[in-house]
Amino acid sequence: MSDPIYQPRVPIFPRSVKGRFRNIKFTILVLAYGTYFLLPWLRWDRPSGPDQAVLFDLVGRRFYLFDLVVYAQDIFWLAGVLVIFTLLLFFVTGLAGRVWCGYFCFQTLWTDVFMLVERWVQGDRNARIKLAKSPWTAGKLARMGSTWGLWLLVSLLTGLSFTLYWGNAPQLLVDMLHGEAPFAAYATTAFLAATTFVMAGLAREQVCTYMCPYARFQSVMFDRDTSIVAYDEVRGEREQGRRKPAKGLMNYQERINSGVGDCIDCGYCVQVCPVGIDIRNGLQYQCISCALCIDACNTIMASINYPVGLIRYSSENELEGKQTHRLNLKNLGYALVLIVTTGLLVWSILTRSAFELNVRQIRQPLSVTLSDGRIQNRYEIKINNKTDRQYRFRLTLEGLEHAELDTGNFRDIVLLPEHTIQINAKIRMQPEYATARREAFRFVLQALDSGHVEPVSHESMFYVPTVSLK
Amino acid sequence: MSKEKKQQAVQTTGHAWDGDLQEFNNPLPTWWLWAFYGTVIFAIVYWVLFPAWPVGKSYTKGVLNDITYTTPAGKQVTSHWNTRALYLEEMEKARAEHAAYMEQLQSASLAEIANNEELSAFAYSMAKVLFADDCAACHQAGANGVIGSYPNLLDDDWLWGGTYDQIHASIANGHNGFMPAFSKTLNSAQMDDVAEYVISLSGSDVNPQKAEIGSNIFNGETGGCYYCHDKGGVGRISQGAANLTDSIWTIADVPGQATLEGKKAVVKRVIANGVNRKMPAWKNRLNDTEVKILTFYVHELGGGN
Repeated sequence: MSDPIYQPRVPIFPRSVKGRFRNIKFTILVLAYGTYFLLPWLRWDRPSGPDQAVLFDLVGRRFYLFDLVVYAQDIFWLAGVLVIFTLLLFFVTGLAGRVWCGYFCFQTLWTDVFMLVERWVQGDRNARIKLAKSPWTAGKLARMGSTWGLWLLVSLLTGLSFTLYWGNAPQLLVDMLHGEAPFAAYATTAFLAATTFVMAGLAREQVCTYMCPYARFQSVMFDRDTSIVAYDEVRGEREQGRRKPAKGLMNYQERINSGVGDCIDCGYCVQVCPVGIDIRNGLQYQCISCALCIDACNTIMASINYPVGLIRYSSENELEGKQTHRLNLKNLGYALVLIVTTGLLVWSILTRSAFELNVRQIRQPLSVTLSDGRIQNRYEIKINNKTDRQYRFRLTLEGLEHAELDTGNFRDIVLLPEHTIQINAKIRMQPEYATARREAFRFVLQALDSGHVEPVSHESMFYVPTVSLK
Repeated sequence: MSKEKKQQAVQTTGHAWDGDLQEFNNPLPTWWLWAFYGTVIFAIVYWVLFPAWPVGKSYTKGVLNDITYTTPAGKQVTSHWNTRALYLEEMEKARAEHAAYMEQLQSASLAEIANNEELSAFAYSMAKVLFADDCAACHQAGANGVIGSYPNLLDDDWLWGGTYDQIHASIANGHNGFMPAFSKTLNSAQMDDVAEYVISLSGSDVNPQKAEIGSNIFNGETGGCYYCHDKGGVGRISQGAANLTDSIWTIADVPGQATLEGKKAVVKRVIANGVNRKMPAWKNRLNDTEVKILTFYVHELGGGN
């Protein structure tokens, strides 16, 4: 057999812990799960369109986000959102370290839930280690089976919830249960369930360590002022290093006097770590800053009446006894770019046009001579009403003073909410008014009886045959 | 394990030629092997589902028997998977989606179609395809025609009339556009004079004396041109006779000539040789709705009357 390419995974059995950061993490977990699982069910009152608050309608090429409707042609906003997220990640990482990883990342959240299931079915760390080492009995099979079964249930619900964002949730769910939903709905649910199960159940910290690019390039964003979860080595080790509590080293004052560190080497911080590292070895790329070791250490310190904070949020400068400068040039720069980008996106969304005008000139032929000698050009015009209101439009010309515009029977164009219409326009002009073979002008579309809507315009060309030019 | 050690570990097949020529026995990479097995399994599944193996003059049809369509004869057919059946099924679906509009079009009058934004947009795009299939061969894809042969449908001049009824009649029944040749009736000088007169009608500067003679031939019994073109050459729709006073020329390419002599020459050629052109009747080749929406389309192209 050839050498394995990968290092085999060393199983990790994190121990449970109580404390401030654990509570914060639970709170975020509940909020995140609540949002993710319930948002598709939230109804929203719209004058027209579906009544789902958040709906990504791929068939209709429309994304409904509460009162905002994003059309396919507005998809560049997505690029803006991604840029903002990236900058936000840079900014927050520079300021506060891996906050995203430790508290908000779905990998962390889902792994947390899967570990809760594991603990609930199999017991805490020691029970789980024992179970893993024991031979395959009926009891072990039942415990492992029910763990995997519950994981699968969570995975399926996760996949299903994701799918429900892409259709009318109540109807789609009923359709799926009846086997009448589109294939894509089942495929998406199955795919997401499978990845959830593998990532949160089996791969876990390996996703952060080996798969996630962010874990690897975060070192670029870190500096000596960045907030990190750190072990205070000066206090923990002193001159004599860490020592288990023994006779004469029990009480806090005794330890200081004998030069022994405050760390009693209980190992609790290592046991609670979800990525299986020892924080006392210093800053490591595997650390996701989940802060559970802080909770663990503080629990022990408090129980033996030592001051808490041996492991705490700190910075490299602070650990070396220097001043921490949070607002350094780099972070202020990130903040500035972040504010500018967010401002641009908000501006772009707030000033979005309510309707859209597209003009395609009919190019075969470019022009035709009429019986009275006038030249006629024809245009196919598409108007898209992106609002939930009905509008009456009037089309006019700008830059062709002597030309006549003919839109057939539709002088005023009535367009229903969220509708597109195509009309054929003809422009006629005496050739003696033309100065060149091509005359540039603009179609201007003005919404009638609503003065607050900005008119939109579209540039086009009017062609005159060479023989008609004087 | 160091690189050298690994190289030593490679096995040979055990054969040796010419004393020292040996063959390495490198096993296939595992991932490659599994991918190969995967393709084998895929192939077997494919054979079961889709048409695959030739058997005598037929072939295995596959168990996917799920394409249902209706033949032109009205028979429901469920077929094994094949692209032709798939196409027929898709076309049937498209027709079903069109049916609601087609029904409306069938009962609506042309004026009703023109006044309904949605219906007119549908009729326009349907007719565009019909026009490309049936009309573009002569009238050209953009309906601009060919000067001398096929009329331009984009301008506002209608040889046979530009109302909905007139256009409908033209499409349904076709036309014979005929003008007799005058080379036997008139001599060359007379034809010159008539050409001079015809050119003058649309505002060209010509020799007034010659035009006067031409006018007498045109509006008198010598030429008798006015039978069809009417007095003064304003044309007559019932005959499909062109209006000679406007800027539009369908047979003689007057706008394309740089000199007056050239313009007169092309007009004279038409007078001498006459015109004989034919548009077929479409009522037996297209159904009523198709003729109707084509009427709407052509009316829309030229602005109609």
